[in-house]
Amino acid sequence: MMNEIEQEYLTFLLDGEEFGVDILCVQEIRVLSPITTLPNKPDYIKGVINLRGVIIPIVDLRERFAKQALKYNDQTVIVILRDQTAIKPMVVGLVVDAVSEVYKFSDKSIREAPDFGNKIDRCFIQGLASHGEKLIILLNSQTLLNQDELYHL
Amino acid sequence: MSIDLAQFLPTFLEESYEGLEIMETGLLNLQSSEDDSIHSIFRAAHSIKGGAGTFGFNQVTEFTHLVETLLDEMRDGRREILKSDIEILLQSVDCIRLLIDADHNKIVCEDESISKVESLLNESLNSSSTDTQPQNENKSEKTQTATDAQSWLINFTPQPHLVQTGNDPLFLFNALADLADLEIVCNTSELPAFSDIEPKELYLSWQIKLTSSDATEDDIKEVFEWVEDECTLEITLLTNEAISDVQEDEAVNNDTQEQSIQVQSTQPESEQSSKQELAEPLSPTAITTDTNVLTTKPQSAIMGKDKAPAAKAKPDVGSIRVGVDKVDMLINLVGELVITQSMLSELGNDFDLSKVEKLTSGLDQLLQNTKELQESVMRIRMLPISFAFNRFPRLIHDLSIKTGKQIELVIKGEQTELDKTVMEQIGDPLVHLVRNAADHGIESTEVRLANGKSEKGTISLNAYHVGGSIVIEVNDDGGGINREAVLNKAIEKGIVEPNSSLTDAQVFDLLFEPGFSTASEVTDISGRGVGMDVVKKNIQSLGGRIQVESEPGKGSCFKVNLPLTLAILDGQLVRVGTEVYIIPLITIVESLQAKAELINRVSGNMVLYRLREDNVPVLPIYQLFNLEAQCTEIENALLVVVEFDGQKVGLMVDDLLAQQQVVIKSLQDNYQQVDGISGATILGDGSVAMILDIPGMITMALKQSKIAQKTAVNHNVEVV
Repeated sequence: MMNEIEQEYLTFLLDGEEFGVDILCVQEIRVLSPITTLPNKPDYIKGVINLRGVIIPIVDLRERFAKQALKYNDQTVIVILRDQTAIKPMVVGLVVDAVSEVYKFSDKSIREAPDFGNKIDRCFIQGLASHGEKLIILLNSQTLLNQDELYHL
Repeated sequence: MSIDLAQFLPTFLEESYEGLEIMETGLLNLQSSEDDSIHSIFRAAHSIKGGAGTFGFNQVTEFTHLVETLLDEMRDGRREILKSDIEILLQSVDCIRLLIDADHNKIVCEDESISKVESLLNESLNSSSTDTQPQNENKSEKTQTATDAQSWLINFTPQPHLVQTGNDPLFLFNALADLADLEIVCNTSELPAFSDIEPKELYLSWQIKLTSSDATEDDIKEVFEWVEDECTLEITLLTNEAISDVQEDEAVNNDTQEQSIQVQSTQPESEQSSKQELAEPLSPTAITTDTNVLTTKPQSAIMGKDKAPAAKAKPDVGSIRVGVDKVDMLINLVGELVITQSMLSELGNDFDLSKVEKLTSGLDQLLQNTKELQESVMRIRMLPISFAFNRFPRLIHDLSIKTGKQIELVIKGEQTELDKTVMEQIGDPLVHLVRNAADHGIESTEVRLANGKSEKGTISLNAYHVGGSIVIEVNDDGGGINREAVLNKAIEKGIVEPNSSLTDAQVFDLLFEPGFSTASEVTDISGRGVGMDVVKKNIQSLGGRIQVESEPGKGSCFKVNLPLTLAILDGQLVRVGTEVYIIPLITIVESLQAKAELINRVSGNMVLYRLREDNVPVLPIYQLFNLEAQCTEIENALLVVVEFDGQKVGLMVDDLLAQQQVVIKSLQDNYQQVDGISGATILGDGSVAMILDIPGMITMALKQSKIAQKTAVNHNVEVV
């Protein structure tokens, strides 16, 4: 196999940490629009929004990753993820603190995450990558876009 | 030939089913009057056969060939159109349908009805040989002198562009090989030097010697029918001397020609092996087809003479044929939309306040355009209900034979349009209703005559629009429903208390109770299959309802009321706390303000509200969905009483808002099923509102209240 496969990642901030997702899975970045709540659902599922006629669920990634919830304001953004590979793609909106950068990482520079000290389910983490001084947690877009994983605690 | 035939397969299937429908309708017409429908029947059969050959649907080709031969004789006036023949042909239509399915799934259809009809066809064909017309003598001679093989010499010289039109000589030879034994010699003398070969051109020609006991010149010509204009074809019947001539000829030819294809020897072998291949690894499918046969058996018994039901064989075709006018309309509207858009963006380029008026009018236009566009798009899904009605002439025809009653079918309003999805799901319930009408509704001829009615019973199907819904009526002019018998049966079954006074409508509603059927009525036509309770369930699941009207001695009328489309719903908007929910209007019985004196609190934290003679469990939505509501006290609260399947529940809401039509959006596309929610919609302000799943909520509530309600009923009885 080729060693130098580079992939671009969109990074965003969450409680001071920087996370990255495969940019090919990002459909768009939006300001949060009014959410309609769903009855009897866990707190991290904020509800659904209308995105140009399609109803998509909104997940607060802070709460999903068991971090302190943040009050929403007009700066709150959602990253809309969409699984490009599936025939019937699932779409989900993730509430994040702020969108940061787009970085390129080669497969080689991604290291496996150590198995301790992290409240995030390990299945969501693809690995760690560093950019200068910063350490970026890369999320596994496959599990993020898997209904059973994302909506199940 | 690199054309991928598979891409045309769906079209072929669709056209074949259409062709079968044409044949069926034509055959039924043929009985009543002699018109030119025989030609359209023949054409349909012919193109099915042609298509089947192209796609390698050998079972279909073989079978249809017989049908076609019979039709051909009828068409040419060589054979009288007999009622018995039409009956056989109608059965053949069913068989072809089965065979197309079997060939499509690449299995060998072993349904016994096929061999049965096939032998009937052959019988009928052979009986024609007694015809005295000279044209036929030839043929009959051939069929009778089966041992006397005849030889035909065919010179087939295709034009170079034959293969470019999608024809393949190999198909033709295979078709010929099905007819008879072949010896094919390929003539390569026209073949140019390798460097000069144009790959798309055909340089070969063939000499075919066909030895068969029963093939006629017509049969051979038919094989070549599709390439007639693209080749030179000479067919000569070889007399004994001629045969030896040819053999000599061949001996000479063989020296110069290297290629000699013996299709005859290779073909059966490969066929056999492919059949074996199919049979062994695919044995699970073979089993499933067996069960298919089993499951259709009872119904085919109903249809009589082992026919497969017409409705069952119809596959779910996932495509719609849309009239060009509808598409033209859409294109027009899109054109207008583009114009409006460009006008608006031009306006936006250098906008100042003086142009506000222009802007508002532009926006108005945009609104108008979008509305029209939405309506036209919805109309694409709408099909005339004749698609669902088309199967009934055949059904009535079969039923009248089966029951020995004379029944006439009258169809009205077949151009009424209905959403495709609704149409697909309403078919079976309608079939059931029509069967019931024919079996129970219409009396036997003697009874009718005794009651001073015409001996011919009439079943009429009628469809029309009322507001946002469509009404389908199934009427019969039979004896009507015996109110007493129904009531007695219900009392016997313990569904109704004795001595209770019920209105006619309430009594007739009992017919839809599960397992309800008065013993005397059960026959093999409508004693089986889906029961009336299933009919009602199916209709309800489409958001519709069914009503019965009946007059003793005059007949009954089943009225099915359906929403025009499943994509749009009439809803009542209600508010609970800060949330807006939508209750489907069709489920709402009434909305009222709760009166304190009618509230019963029972154990288990359950509240019952006394609504006339009913005890309705009250279901506070805020509790069910864990919301913060304004109004948590049941006294003076607003109750929306909804009903599903006879069970009423009072939903407690904070406020009643507008009633409006909403477009249903699925939640499950991107998320999971949510209990108590059937879907979502987008309101005028762009926000999302949930549509309540009334059946789901009732089940949720009933789980909590089962015990509570029992005690309440007891309590009430004591009070009374």
